[in-house]
Amino acid sequence: MTDIQSYLKAYDGQPLRLMEVCGTHTAQISRCGITGMLSPAIRMISGPGCPVCVTVTAYIDRLVALSMEPENVVATFGDMLRVPGGSQSLNDAKAAGGHVRMVYSPLDTLKLAADDPARTYIFAAVGFETTAPVYAMLLEEAVSNGISNVKILTSLKTMPPVIDWICKNQGGVDGFLAPGHVSVITGSRIFEPLSEKYGIPFAVAGFEGPQILAAIYALVRKSGKAGVMNLYPGAVTEEGNRTAQKMVDKYFTPCDAAWRGMGSIPDSGLLLREDYARFDAGSAGLNDDRGANARCRCAQVLTGAISPNECPLFGSACTPQTPQGACMVSMEGSCYNYFTNMRKR
Amino acid sequence: MKITMAHGSGGKATAELIEDIFEKSFHNPVLAKMEDSAVVPGAEKIAVTTDSFVVTPLFFPGGDIGRLSVCGTVNDLLMSGAKPRYLTCGFILEEGADTEELKKIAASMAETAAEAGISIVAGDTKVVEGKGGVYINTAGVGFVPPDVSLSASSCEEGDVILLSGNLGDHHAAILSERMNIRNTIQSDCAPLNEMVNALLESGVKVKAMRDVTRGGLGTVLNEFAGASACCMELEETAIPVSAQVRGFCEILGLDPLYMGNEGKMTAVVAAGDAQKALACMKESRYGENAAIIGKVVSGEPGTVLLRTPIGGTRIVTVLYGEGLPRIC
Repeated sequence: MTDIQSYLKAYDGQPLRLMEVCGTHTAQISRCGITGMLSPAIRMISGPGCPVCVTVTAYIDRLVALSMEPENVVATFGDMLRVPGGSQSLNDAKAAGGHVRMVYSPLDTLKLAADDPARTYIFAAVGFETTAPVYAMLLEEAVSNGISNVKILTSLKTMPPVIDWICKNQGGVDGFLAPGHVSVITGSRIFEPLSEKYGIPFAVAGFEGPQILAAIYALVRKSGKAGVMNLYPGAVTEEGNRTAQKMVDKYFTPCDAAWRGMGSIPDSGLLLREDYARFDAGSAGLNDDRGANARCRCAQVLTGAISPNECPLFGSACTPQTPQGACMVSMEGSCYNYFTNMRKR
Repeated sequence: MKITMAHGSGGKATAELIEDIFEKSFHNPVLAKMEDSAVVPGAEKIAVTTDSFVVTPLFFPGGDIGRLSVCGTVNDLLMSGAKPRYLTCGFILEEGADTEELKKIAASMAETAAEAGISIVAGDTKVVEGKGGVYINTAGVGFVPPDVSLSASSCEEGDVILLSGNLGDHHAAILSERMNIRNTIQSDCAPLNEMVNALLESGVKVKAMRDVTRGGLGTVLNEFAGASACCMELEETAIPVSAQVRGFCEILGLDPLYMGNEGKMTAVVAAGDAQKALACMKESRYGENAAIIGKVVSGEPGTVLLRTPIGGTRIVTVLYGEGLPRIC
């Protein structure tokens, strides 16, 4: 490890921009102080791997509207409460009389629904390949227990299409720290076509500081060449978790999905299959993405086009207390992490 | 029996509730007079503090809202160098609250007050509509010895930072209960009289003390660094966290530096007294895992730095947001 650290600190080759796609990687890189351990020639940039951050405002607006209907209760994770929609967050809706419940697990929604049959409980099902199986389990439980007053509003996305979008539209990425949690489900092989297509390396990484450093080292050594390196073999296989994949296939089907700041990307989302449409709270067509503050540049941050502190609102109008965009809300958000750790690069 | 609106009427039902539960639990000569205010002997330097407790669930591994309501206020008095003496408690009860549970809460308060050497001398009860919740406000009075002067603004370069034990136990215990996660994590809820007395009586030059409650260690040390215009540097590997709490935090994406505690304190002491202070903490009740976790260094004033196990350095800011579990 000392050799790797010395190499990364002393590296003076071609400047490299490496993207950590996953929000948990972003948080860990900040938490371990990793950017300060790298040569100035190696720059880490955050990608679109925080599920809250890539959610468009139309989705939040729909949740807000649902919460204001007396027969509904919107159930959600804590960080979703503060994400600004077009004009309101779920917290604002709650203060205005909306029915919003924070839960710690999607499955908690089932109990709430079973205990209160007069109302419909709508879970805000946000996430990537990692969380989609959990929502499939929720539906499986609802079906097998005959709970009919639970629904989900989906904003489910898949990783390979958005990485493709970044390479095609943004470019300038010399390697990807591939998302570890996503890879547990999908398997590492899923990144091979992209690696070949753009001739850049992918390293699947775990979440400990040394694992991240090892992955960065692998990417630097392999820069300019294609290849998927699995540096998280304890948790990630080439094929992924077949059982979880089958569960997701049973309930969801690919669809076009809108990503914050990137617009609609073909086949980059998951929607409930026709057979289970009765559980859908209106997820299709939520594409509008007009934030309350037009100067918010989350979109460019999410695609690595700018660093969070290059946004004119960063640290002034936009702080974790007064977030203007989703990236400043989530603990995995790039802006939140740069702000709370005073990261400069 | 359940609490009804009549228990908040100020009439017979209120009197019975007070006599049956509170007076019986907290009995002492001052309270027994049942005057409009407690008249108590005074001193020149008086420390006064208040806090409200709204925790759910009311009973959790390692404690309950009653013990918490005494510890929180007692520890706040202790951190200013005061000897805690008197406590008031205001109960806001929701209709439907269970009187048997209330008895247990009052008994727990009485037991904790006895441990902390503080008398509960006045109180109030109100009943509101609701779903059986119990909320407690406590106010504390303590006397500060004339020679004691502690302040968050007293830290200076060279001073050493100590922590009295493992971080995050209370926060993790409460979250585990709420999330129905089975583990053996217990709240650290405890009054720190013995530890503070030992430190102050040992002759250790204590610059500042603070109990590490909501906002966690990161927030407390930022308050010290800001008030003293100094730079603090912590060693992450030196900060004690139990394996269970560490695992719990990793699963949920929480940072022990920002976890709430109810029986932990941090102290900044003169460099030459560091080992003596550590020994005092370790020998005191609730201090067996105490550790030296960092020092005050030259650097940007108002900054807290953390050296990570892999040799990186990051800036530790105050807690932003609510410290909630991440979503994936």
